[in-house]
Amino acid sequence: MLNALTLLIVCQFIGEVTARFLGIPLPGPVVGLIVLLGLLVWRGGPNAEVETTGNWLLRHFGLLFVPAGVGVITQLDVIGANWLALLVAIPVSTLLGLVVTGVVMQRLDRTEDEG
Amino acid sequence: MEKIFHLWVYLETTPLLGLAVTLVVWHLAGMLANRLGNAPLANPMLLSVIMLSCLLIATDTPYSAYFQGAQYVHFLLGPATVALALPMYANLRRISRSARAIIPALLAGSVVAASSAMLLARWLGAPSVVVRSLGPKSVTTPIAMGIAEQIGGQPSLAAVFVLLTGLTSIILIPPTMKLFRIKDMRAQGLAAGMAGHGLATARMLLISETAGAFGGLAIGLNGLITAIIVPLLATFLAP
Repeated sequence: MLNALTLLIVCQFIGEVTARFLGIPLPGPVVGLIVLLGLLVWRGGPNAEVETTGNWLLRHFGLLFVPAGVGVITQLDVIGANWLALLVAIPVSTLLGLVVTGVVMQRLDRTEDEG
Repeated sequence: MEKIFHLWVYLETTPLLGLAVTLVVWHLAGMLANRLGNAPLANPMLLSVIMLSCLLIATDTPYSAYFQGAQYVHFLLGPATVALALPMYANLRRISRSARAIIPALLAGSVVAASSAMLLARWLGAPSVVVRSLGPKSVTTPIAMGIAEQIGGQPSLAAVFVLLTGLTSIILIPPTMKLFRIKDMRAQGLAAGMAGHGLATARMLLISETAGAFGGLAIGLNGLITAIIVPLLATFLAP
């Protein structure tokens, strides 16, 4: 658990430093994801510990959004003043994004999914 | 009574309270969601945010005091994003086989989602700061906050929009995929990750590892695409 968490945090750290140093317009954790993916390819896959800890974190992804989400209480006045715009803009744009991505992907990807 | 008051004042100054209350409420929300049959809106995250927000308002606790403790949970968003490399690695062969479809699908979805959100909000009279904060709403929280700040939006507002977008996607994905006959799990995962970032991807991961892998890929690539196109869109759509 601790080794795996260390690995994830070190990957994020490398990602953060690389992104800033090279001026890549990508957030540190995403560069860290690429670093870990590279490591996994190089080592031929994760060990059991990394697999368990990583999947444990992914299962609780929702919890990790809660603190930022509670920040809604600092924005209630803005949301209240623009409720109609938000009530339309967020669902409609989300729906359009889902449909466009899904349809284009399914149309273009004619390769068989053999698993 | 005075003793309780002193205890409260003490607890308010330590990160322990914010952290403990977040974890306990998350646990309660999970039980409540289960009891409600895991209906789309009975999402543990949404329930937690509602309960905690009510609690903070009722006890007149400032968000900054709460976040002192909750930041330890918030911090794990970074390592969890890194961990999305795991389902991606497990599906690397399939991802590279579909690369020629993935890039145009993400580009199209990203441009449509961001520009339609900004256009609609502007058309319905939202001020520029709100329109600009809506631009990066489909990407994962840390990225969205960074982009919002860069283009003159409000990072905390962007974080709320990210959350609302993730929840909306979770609700919209099943009927939309059915209606538009998007059956391929690779396409479903990619759409979920593009439109609903980690929140929708984590949900897809429960259904199919393939969808989770393509979702993880979409989060990363969409972060890059959004970081490039939203500043451009903002100059046109939110002058």
